[in-house]
Amino acid sequence: MRSDTTERAPLALKIATGAALLFLHFPLLIVILYAFTTEEASFTFPPPGLTTQWFGEILNREDFWEALSLSLRVAAAATVIALILGTLTAAAIYRSKFFGREAFSLMVILPIALPGIVTGIALRSAIGLSGLGFTYWTIVIGHATFCVVTVYNNVIARLRRTSQSQIEASMDLGASTFQTFRYIILPNIATALLAGGMLAFALSFDEIIVTTFTAGQQQTLPIWIYSQLSRPRDRPVTNVAALFVIAATLIPILVAYRFTRDTVE
Amino acid sequence: MASIPVTASRPQPTPSLLRRISTFFFKRPNLSLILMLIPSLLWLGVVYIGSLSSLLVQSFFYLDGFSGVVIREFSLQTYQSLFTPANIDIIIRTVVMAAFVTLTCAVLAFPLAYYMARYATYRIKGLLYLAVLLPLWSSYIVRVYTWKIILSQEGIITWFFNTLGLQWLLDGILSLPVIGGSSLSFSFLGMFLVFVYIWIPYMILPINTALERVPKSLIDASSDLGAKPGYTFRKVIFPLAFPGVVAGSIFTFSLTLGDYIIPGVIGNSSFFIGQAVFSQQGTAGNIPLAAAFTVVPIVIMGIYLTIAKRLGAFDAL
Repeated sequence: MRSDTTERAPLALKIATGAALLFLHFPLLIVILYAFTTEEASFTFPPPGLTTQWFGEILNREDFWEALSLSLRVAAAATVIALILGTLTAAAIYRSKFFGREAFSLMVILPIALPGIVTGIALRSAIGLSGLGFTYWTIVIGHATFCVVTVYNNVIARLRRTSQSQIEASMDLGASTFQTFRYIILPNIATALLAGGMLAFALSFDEIIVTTFTAGQQQTLPIWIYSQLSRPRDRPVTNVAALFVIAATLIPILVAYRFTRDTVE
Repeated sequence: MASIPVTASRPQPTPSLLRRISTFFFKRPNLSLILMLIPSLLWLGVVYIGSLSSLLVQSFFYLDGFSGVVIREFSLQTYQSLFTPANIDIIIRTVVMAAFVTLTCAVLAFPLAYYMARYATYRIKGLLYLAVLLPLWSSYIVRVYTWKIILSQEGIITWFFNTLGLQWLLDGILSLPVIGGSSLSFSFLGMFLVFVYIWIPYMILPINTALERVPKSLIDASSDLGAKPGYTFRKVIFPLAFPGVVAGSIFTFSLTLGDYIIPGVIGNSSFFIGQAVFSQQGTAGNIPLAAAFTVVPIVIMGIYLTIAKRLGAFDAL
C-alpha cells in the first residue's frame, strides 16, 4: 500500500491514531514529571510542588551507581559477544546453503521467541548444576544469548541488500578475503553493525526477566529499580533513577534510528 | 589495449602470510563455513540449547516431600503435581489474560498501523515509526513502575475521574467482581492495562508491515468495480492484513504468558505462570516443578505457532 495518494484520512481514524499515540507516550511524560515532585510518600497527582533536590540526593546513593556500573559493563561485554557471533552467523547463513541452515537460524531466534522466563530458568538450573556460582559472567552469558539475534537480523538484512557483484569484483581484481572484508564488506555493513550493536546494548541494559535468574545477589540497574519498588521511603530517588534510565535508553535508540533510517524504507 | 604482457618468466614474489591464509580458506569454503559457525554453535547450541534440554530433563525428576531433596530418577510425579486444581487455575488465569491482552492490542494497534501505511506522508511515517519504537525500547521496568504511579489511588487516573465528577464510575468499575479491586493498581483491570501498554508496539509493527504490502492497485480495482471504502476495507484490505495481526499476536500472547514482573507489581496476589515458576525455583527450591511449569507456555506457544503458521503469519514477519 503506498501513501503517495492525496486521500484524506477519515476523522475517526485520525482520532484513533492520536489516542494510540497518546496512550504510548503519556507514561513517558509522567516519568519526567514525577522526577521533580516534592511529594515524598505517595504518588499524588498533581504534584504539590516541583523541585530538583532529588537529583542531588541520587549522587550519594552508592548502590545506584554500582548497579549502573554493573549494567554498563554487562551490556558492553554482551554487545561485543553479540557483534562477533551475530556477524559470523549472518555471514555464514547468507553465503552458504548447508544442512541444518534453517535449524541454525531458528536457534539464533529462539532466545527471544521463547518467553524470557524459560531462558532464565534454563540458564539458572544449568548454572546450578555446573556449580559455578553466580558471577558477572553468568549475567553476560544470559544477555549475549538473546542479544545475538539483534545483530544477526541487522547484518543479514544488510547483506541481502549488498550487491554480490562488488565482492566478486574485489576478488577478481586480486584482493584477498581479508582485504575484501576490510574494504568492501565492512563499509557496507558498518551502519548495520552499529545499529545492531546499539539495539543489543539497549536490550541488555534493560533486561530484567532473564537477569533475575542469572544474577544471584548482584544488582543490575533494572533489578535495582525493581527492588526499589518495595521501598516506599525511597520513592523520590527511584523517580529520578527512572528518568535517568529513560534518558539513557532513548539516546542510543535515536542514534540507531538515524543510522538505519536510510535502509528501512 | 596491447596484448596481455607475458609475466610467466618473471619470478613471483612470495605471497604474504595473510594472503596465504586467505587463499587457504578460499580454497576450503567448507572449513571456513565451519569455523564461522563454531562460535555460535558452541554458545547457542551447547550453552543455550543444552540448558533448555537439561531443564526439560529435570521436569521428569521430582522433589522428595520429606527431605526436600531433588530425586534424580525418571518419574511423572512432578507432572502429576502440576495438574492440581490450584495450578490449573494459574494456567487458565494466565491464558485468559494473554488472550484479552492480545485482542485489545490488535484493536488498538490497527488504526495506528493503518494510518501509518495508508495516509501518512513519508516524513510523518518516519516520525510515527520513531513514536512506536521509543516506548518499545525504553526501559521495561521503568514503564511498569510508571504505571504503578499512574494507577495508584492518589494518582492521575483517580484525579482525572474526580475532576470530571465521574468518581462514581471509577468506583463502580472497581467494585465489579474479578476485574475490580481496592484500587486500579491492585486489580486485574490495572494489570491488563499495563500488559496492553507494554506489548502493544509488538502488535503495531507487524500489522503495519502487512498493510504496507497491500498493493495500491488492488484498492483501486476494488473501488473501480464499485466497492464503497468500507466494503474494500472488509473484503480486500483487512484479509490481506490479517496475517500481520496474527504475527503480532504471537508476540503479545507469548510475552504475556511468560511475564512475572507485571503481575507482581500491579494486581492482587493471584499467581500467574511466570510467578509460579519463579517461586517454585526460588523459595520452594522445587526445580522439577518449576521446569514442568515452563513446559506449559512452551506447549501453548507450540500450538499457537502451528495455528499461526496455517494463517500465514510467518510471511508477515
